[in-house]
Amino acid sequence: MKYNSVFDIIGPVMVGPSSSHTAGAARIGKAARNLFGRQPAWAKIHLYESFAKTYRGHGTDFALVGGLLGMETNDPQISKSLQLAKEKGLEIEFIEDSAAVSHPNTVRMIIGDDKERQELMGISIGGGKVEITELNGFELRLSGNHPAILIMHNDRSGAIASVTRILAKYELNIGHMEVNRKDVGKEALMVIEVDQNVEDPILQELGAADHIISIAKIVS
Amino acid sequence: MFRTVAELVEMANAENIPISEVMIRQEMDVKERTREEVFSEMEKNLVVMEKAIEDALKGVQSVTGLTGGDAVKVQKYMKEKTPLSGNLMMDAVSKAMGTNEVNAAMGIICATPTAGSAGCVPGTLFAVKEQLHPTREEMVRYLFTSGAFGFVVANNAFISGAAGGCQAEVGSAGAMASAAIVEMAGGTPEQSAHAFAMTLKNMLGLVCDPVAGLVEVPCVKRNAGGSSLAIISADLALAGVESRIPCDEVIGAMYRIGKQMSPSLRETGEGGLADTPTGRFLKEKIFGVSV
Repeated sequence: MKYNSVFDIIGPVMVGPSSSHTAGAARIGKAARNLFGRQPAWAKIHLYESFAKTYRGHGTDFALVGGLLGMETNDPQISKSLQLAKEKGLEIEFIEDSAAVSHPNTVRMIIGDDKERQELMGISIGGGKVEITELNGFELRLSGNHPAILIMHNDRSGAIASVTRILAKYELNIGHMEVNRKDVGKEALMVIEVDQNVEDPILQELGAADHIISIAKIVS
Repeated sequence: MFRTVAELVEMANAENIPISEVMIRQEMDVKERTREEVFSEMEKNLVVMEKAIEDALKGVQSVTGLTGGDAVKVQKYMKEKTPLSGNLMMDAVSKAMGTNEVNAAMGIICATPTAGSAGCVPGTLFAVKEQLHPTREEMVRYLFTSGAFGFVVANNAFISGAAGGCQAEVGSAGAMASAAIVEMAGGTPEQSAHAFAMTLKNMLGLVCDPVAGLVEVPCVKRNAGGSSLAIISADLALAGVESRIPCDEVIGAMYRIGKQMSPSLRETGEGGLADTPTGRFLKEKIFGVSV
């Protein structure tokens, strides 16, 4: 089931005007930032269908950018985020994209700085609830219902075992897991939803494990 | 976990508990949280709703100037005249519109189930409260009952205008409020389900056609419609009137109708009221672009 909590329905507490186009957008922006690990220097934001048609009226633009700056849905500063982004040296470009997508509230956020570039696709499914459907070309289905860790690794035998061994050592239970790769032996992505938040020392240990390239976590 | 309204009602009856209690127990179970934690989180939402109504009744205005001040107008009318539809009804309408005026003015609200439809549940709650004099706990339970019904809609259909039109937003919100009013007034779980069904049936087919893509026109006044219908359906159900089409089938119909709606009528600001001469004029005036 897409919604598993009463607070998905009665909530979130948020700055108006739209739960899908404002609160949901802020959550996608924040997920993008969390996955990037820091504030990016630039962002190219592609908006599709309803997002593309109504983003100015619904405040989708400032909400996405507010999320990129690390704001929550109820941050009173969120409506000033476009100005704040300028002050913080975050360059923003919005693109109204007419490409066909499977959900009417879809955004593709390409963000980066001089070191890295990240591409993420998110959908806002209603009432502030969002899903991340693509990361750097890997398809995934991240609901944000549970804390999750995303692990970019080399597609080698033993990579998954090296991760699950560490999780088992710390008695972290895996609720859902998927592994996706672009091609045999190339970069691959592990998405692991767990029941508890993963503490930083454990993340560092995971980062040092065999065949692991990078790690990001999502707090539910 | 309940998936349908039929299952929700059955669970309430099997344990002889209200629908709000089924929702509370499920939340405790799924999220592994204590009753106190779940209850206090919902009470925080209630405080946000109360504060939004307070702000609205002092008078708010959106940046565009398209909405604001109508909640105050209605309260004034209630004091000076005798509203034809009664004070409770107009109080609900005023508080529902007021919540959405705060939302349009980018104030802080609690989405129920969405921001555009955030007025129906608190608007009716804070109006019905004046007549039923509930305890604080009963007011929090009102939100759990609303949430239980919204939960079924969200998982079996949709609650966003972009996916299913306004019937999915204000339709769901008004229907959720109907069910909660019935429980607060002492009705049975079945009566809550009938009230929900009757409101949603009257909202079927309602499109999402926001002028200039803003959550203002017609959203604020649609919450007046949703909240008043919520009270009418609650009264009908409490009087023993039943929906001929079962609640879950009404939700199914709402889903199929939403699927058949053209994208221009699903929160793109391209059809319906947005595409009237005045709608287009307002868009051009606000954003300075022709359409």
